[in-house]
Amino acid sequence: MSEEDKTENSNATSRKDALKTMFMGAGYLALGGMVWGGYVNDVKAEEFVLRPPGAIKESEFVKACIKCGLCVEACPYDTLKLSTPKDNKVTGTPYFEARETPCYMCTDIPCVPVCPTEALNQKSLFALADDNTKKMDVNKSKMGLAVVNKESCIAFWGVQCDACYRACPLLDEAITIEYDKNERTGKHAFLKPVVNAEICTGCGICEHACVTEIPAIKVLPLSIATGKVGEHYIKGWDKNDEKRLEGIVVDTETDDDNSGAIDYLNDSDDLFND
Amino acid sequence: MIKNNKYLILRRFVQLTTLFLFFAGANFGLGILKGNLSTANVFGKFHLSDPYAVLQMAFTGYFPTIEIIIGAVIVLVFYSLLGGRIFCSWVCPLNIITDFASYLRKKFKIKTLLKSGIVSRKIRYYVLVLGLILSFITGVAAFELVNPISILFRGVIFGTTFSFTAVFIIFLFDLLIIEHGWCGHVCPVGAVYSATGKFRLLKIYHTSENCTLCMKCKHVCPEVQVLGIIGKKTGKINSSECTDCARCIDVCDDDALKFKLK
Amino acid sequence: MSLSRRDFIKSSAVATVAAAVGMSLPKSLKAAPKKAEGEWRWDKSVCRFCGTGCGIMVATKNDRIVAVKGDPAAPVNRGLNCIKGYFNAKIMYGEDRLKTPLMRVDAMGNFSKNGKFKPVSWKKAFDEMEKQIKRSLKELGPTGIGIFGSGQYTVQEGYAAIKLMKAGFRSNNIDPNARHCMASAVAGFIQTFGIDEPSGCYDDIELTDTVITWGSNMAEMHPILWSRVTDRKLNNPDKVKIINLTTFTNRTSDLADTEIVFRPQTDLAIWNYLAREIVYNYPEAIDWDFVKKHTVFATGVVDTGYGMRTPEHPNFTDKERETVKQEVSKKLSKAEGVSLAYLGYKEGDTLEMKNRASAGKHWQISFEDFKKALAPYTLDYVAEVAKGNPDESIEEFKNKLKELAKLYVEKQRKVVSFWTMGMNQHTRGTWVNEQAYMVHFLLGKQAKPGSGAFSLTGQPSACGTAREVGTFAHRLPADMVVKNPKHRATAEKIWMLPEGTINPKVGSHVMKIHRDVEDGKIKFIWVQVNNPYQNTASASHWIKSARKQDNFIVVSDGYPGISAKVADLVLPSAMIYEKWGAYGNAERRTQHWKQQVTPVGDAMPDIWQIVELSKRFKIREVWGEQNIPGLDAPLPDVTNKVADLGYNPNSTLYDVLFANKRAKSFSWPDPIGSGFQNTEVEGDKRTVLGADNKEWKGYGFFIQKYLWEEYRMFGEGHGHDYADFDTYHKVRGLKWPVVDGKETQWRFNSKYDPYAKKAGTGDFAFYGKALKAIPEGDLKGPKSKDKIPLPNKAKIFFRPFMDAPEIPDKTYPFWLSTGRVLEHWHSGTMTMRVPELYRAVPEALCYMHPKDAESKGIKQGDLVWVESRRGKVKAHVDTRGRNRPPRGLVYVPWFDEKVFINKVCLDATCPISKQTDFKKSAVNVYKV
Repeated sequence: MSEEDKTENSNATSRKDALKTMFMGAGYLALGGMVWGGYVNDVKAEEFVLRPPGAIKESEFVKACIKCGLCVEACPYDTLKLSTPKDNKVTGTPYFEARETPCYMCTDIPCVPVCPTEALNQKSLFALADDNTKKMDVNKSKMGLAVVNKESCIAFWGVQCDACYRACPLLDEAITIEYDKNERTGKHAFLKPVVNAEICTGCGICEHACVTEIPAIKVLPLSIATGKVGEHYIKGWDKNDEKRLEGIVVDTETDDDNSGAIDYLNDSDDLFND
Repeated sequence: MIKNNKYLILRRFVQLTTLFLFFAGANFGLGILKGNLSTANVFGKFHLSDPYAVLQMAFTGYFPTIEIIIGAVIVLVFYSLLGGRIFCSWVCPLNIITDFASYLRKKFKIKTLLKSGIVSRKIRYYVLVLGLILSFITGVAAFELVNPISILFRGVIFGTTFSFTAVFIIFLFDLLIIEHGWCGHVCPVGAVYSATGKFRLLKIYHTSENCTLCMKCKHVCPEVQVLGIIGKKTGKINSSECTDCARCIDVCDDDALKFKLK
Repeated sequence: MSLSRRDFIKSSAVATVAAAVGMSLPKSLKAAPKKAEGEWRWDKSVCRFCGTGCGIMVATKNDRIVAVKGDPAAPVNRGLNCIKGYFNAKIMYGEDRLKTPLMRVDAMGNFSKNGKFKPVSWKKAFDEMEKQIKRSLKELGPTGIGIFGSGQYTVQEGYAAIKLMKAGFRSNNIDPNARHCMASAVAGFIQTFGIDEPSGCYDDIELTDTVITWGSNMAEMHPILWSRVTDRKLNNPDKVKIINLTTFTNRTSDLADTEIVFRPQTDLAIWNYLAREIVYNYPEAIDWDFVKKHTVFATGVVDTGYGMRTPEHPNFTDKERETVKQEVSKKLSKAEGVSLAYLGYKEGDTLEMKNRASAGKHWQISFEDFKKALAPYTLDYVAEVAKGNPDESIEEFKNKLKELAKLYVEKQRKVVSFWTMGMNQHTRGTWVNEQAYMVHFLLGKQAKPGSGAFSLTGQPSACGTAREVGTFAHRLPADMVVKNPKHRATAEKIWMLPEGTINPKVGSHVMKIHRDVEDGKIKFIWVQVNNPYQNTASASHWIKSARKQDNFIVVSDGYPGISAKVADLVLPSAMIYEKWGAYGNAERRTQHWKQQVTPVGDAMPDIWQIVELSKRFKIREVWGEQNIPGLDAPLPDVTNKVADLGYNPNSTLYDVLFANKRAKSFSWPDPIGSGFQNTEVEGDKRTVLGADNKEWKGYGFFIQKYLWEEYRMFGEGHGHDYADFDTYHKVRGLKWPVVDGKETQWRFNSKYDPYAKKAGTGDFAFYGKALKAIPEGDLKGPKSKDKIPLPNKAKIFFRPFMDAPEIPDKTYPFWLSTGRVLEHWHSGTMTMRVPELYRAVPEALCYMHPKDAESKGIKQGDLVWVESRRGKVKAHVDTRGRNRPPRGLVYVPWFDEKVFINKVCLDATCPISKQTDFKKSAVNVYKV
């Protein structure tokens, strides 16, 4: 074998090796990417998380939060925590557990302005103040929605509790009392707490105050607690309900394909089988 | 003793001071540095941000705020001009952990599963790119979910003990699996500064004439491939993978290595 | 680096959490296996908390309380409870239950005032108590010792306590925390009716058309009654009206048709406005038949001071003196210039307080005088004086007053006026109570089903024990008083004492006991079922004198509180379901229960503690001649008379008072106690080492039954009849008087009350006997000294408006009102140890108007100082909470010992009832 052959041969080998390395590299990358990406998707899918006031939509929030913890540092009540990998939430993002420490709804909302990425958005909390300027109003926040489990709520048993009602920072607005006669005793009344979804901020003070062993009132993330009616039906008695249609893109094309009907008509075997 | 560890002590001082300032910002109301390495608020005036984190954010489809972009640019320009991966050895707290793993490995002559030499140093660039791709696909800053640097930082600042598990994994990884595994092979944050540190001002300068070829420098260097010129020719260590950790300067008894500002 | 507001909140929040950590769930409850109910023993009992008196059923298993349920058979609550009642099962098993006697000792183990608490034996505890009592008696006589008693005593405990004090030690220095709670109601009842306690009952709620709350946040303080009011409203929402008169918006306003926010103290003016409307503008509404037949008009002195000490007392600071000087004389305000014009005063005049010692003096007047006195209380005057919300227009306020008057006078409309602490804790509390009856009497709307002025009680046995048993400094059982020789004779007869044993000099009431301790006049104090060092205003004085001076303070309690902290000896007491007992609620319903479980640790029932102490004293040691300050002659030596009674001078008080022949006739076992234990009577499984260091084996006779049966002898035939002991263990309580086995729903009404029927004065008879002979006179005073008897008549009092002694000014611009929250009971010693209740309301907040807060630079949640002339405390501000004060008023609950608000409150009292006004003092509020 000549020197040239050898060179050629080794060139061929190194080319082959390079190719092999490349494929292997791509393989590792794909493998790593799938495992890594799978974990990311898994964690991201965790919907049960309560965010600080002014948090933008969860899917956007996990993009926007840079995990700096400035909101956590600003919180005077140690309500906010940054998630760790074991919490199965997007690592490093702020959240709170209402039963442990709820959001105490500071009127100056210190956690929001410190956010450098607008993942906590001041504008979403703006309301017209007395002096006609726009100011942040903590009552505008939508961290979640309180939901009462009537079976375990002792007020629904007739026990005079309403600890949640009295604890609510939007007392007699976010939670109101529904009065009902107690036919069993014949002389007492039920005073049942009712959450008003439009007003409830999801601060969780009610969940914290609830005296049952496992709270009968819990704050759930809005995405879990709320439903949504399709745009194909609008309340005929409520002019405002038409607003739901604003900005909606509706498919108005009609499909020319007729095969669905034809297939149905031609598929008649079963009809005549005895 | 001190003479041979001058820069090491200085680096630890800088790393711990940084950590302390953040800790004090969170716990004692000290206003110098608040937040963490992902984004810090400085004197309550402006922000500094991790360029890679901001880049991932951009890839998720969320347009970063101007203050974050400015913060990332400041950081990137600062490190690129000054010393590139100087972040890794002088600021990053994980460096203390990986250095410690390295120290133990050498002291007890622990053989790692894979030798540093046979594992590509380029993995970190792939990880860097993959992190961006995954951020784009999943809509979440992908590396930030597993970034042990910020996990360690948050752990220290906010006292979340679980964070140390992640750090311990890195420690064992470096101790037993691959030598200099995390910082030298995997970490995409360092990779960003490698990629942009080509024209840094602060470099290690080698005076070949003084060199006695004792090779102590190569023994301690975490990125040993950058020390190709040792004993061969006088000049600067140009590779941007050099972290400017100055361990080589510390251990050199022959005055053959020193910092040089361009 | 400065500590910012947030850092402060943060660190205090951490402290709060740390406190919470100490209060872990009772382990046994948490671990309670979920087994079938069938294995548990259910037995009837009563809720430990408020004066409503809800019946509960208690479940025990393995000698532990494991559950409670509302008693469906209980007429009050029909199986329901409020959240305090809901947690009755958890109150006894907090981690820091007192389990052994603790004494301050030196290194040698001997008592030392400056020592630290160390566990001691019961014997050592009693030895020291005996020594200290004997020392005080020797030095100061019977007035040198005192007991802070309770409206939460069981009936038998209270009875044993007064028997030991009044019969044994010949001291009347026993006074209950009910002094802070019901004394004005009592004085109002006694002066008006001549007999204590409400004429109506809770059935009034279902029968009435109108519920008017005066200084009573029933929604939080009497939740079960409030749910009955709510039900009544739901039955007929258009007809049934609810009006809430209050000094700040509270939860009772939720259901109310109208909320009237008035300036503190001006309820006096509003009642007179109502009376004036009736007399001048709706004379046809007056029930003349009722008024003429069953009532007389009366009035009394006004220059009575405010129950404070005089300013020369050396322990006052100059700041305190600014307020205290009103006690001697005061400059009349503009409003008082009008209201006291009938006495010849005008604005700016000085009113010398000449009748401080005779504040209760009153006499009969004519209707014409009465009418004349009401003349100034026009709508304009009252609206101006009484409008409590600066942001409300005067017109709106006037309309509300007019609406209120219309509801009262509407001929066919039934009206119940409920009140609690707003009218009782009042420097003119007796007056304002009397004014309520004034309006109801004029309209003939009293003592009728669905109509009446109804004083609601705070404590579970303020009526049953404190008032009926008479654990007050001036009382004996069944509305008798120590001052009255006939009453003393009756008591001496029932108690089988030598004639002249009982001390005729009224003892020191709660405030005076504290003051006497500070003045060195009392050197031994025993605190029972009470937390007087947390619940008394001007607290700094009392905690200092207890700790720093030469005295000995004993505290019997289930849990350590502020009082235990300042004590020298702490005795572990059995709690409610660990002993036999009885409570009497606000509608005169007496309810008994049996001991359900063995007490924890070495805790022992209060009866045992009282009776064991009695063994330490021989007759000759206490029944010799005794000097009593203020009495002309000393108490006679009665030791020579005991032989006739079958004793000798070396007999102990135990032999005479508690283990006499009658007592021993109540044998044990008794069928009523079958299946139940009785720690006092037979000891228990613990074999506690008793007061003699020997294993406690019991008295051997049914002491609780004996105490009950002897106690009820006092009331039998005198309008205070009870059923026998056994009956109460078969029924869900009975409303006294119980005559021929039948309870009484409406007293003084011949249709329902056999005593009224017996009087033969027609449809009604106000047969109470006290203060029923008074002179005649005009508005300025009595005309002669001759007392005219008024059998079976009640009095319609005219009482003028007068300002509170301390009103907000520039330095202290806010009214401070204190009170309770639904979740916590009194000083929180029990409820703050129920983790769920603690979490629901972990701390007392300072409720404040948002604009007031803003003007002081205070934000929601900020930590502030609440400061008065007497002291200051830190609290977090709530501007959006359950209580919404108008501008100019703040409200701070007192349950939280960390927010020791009674250091801020003023210890001014109603000079007649001696009840402190916890609702009015002037404070400043500013950021910490």
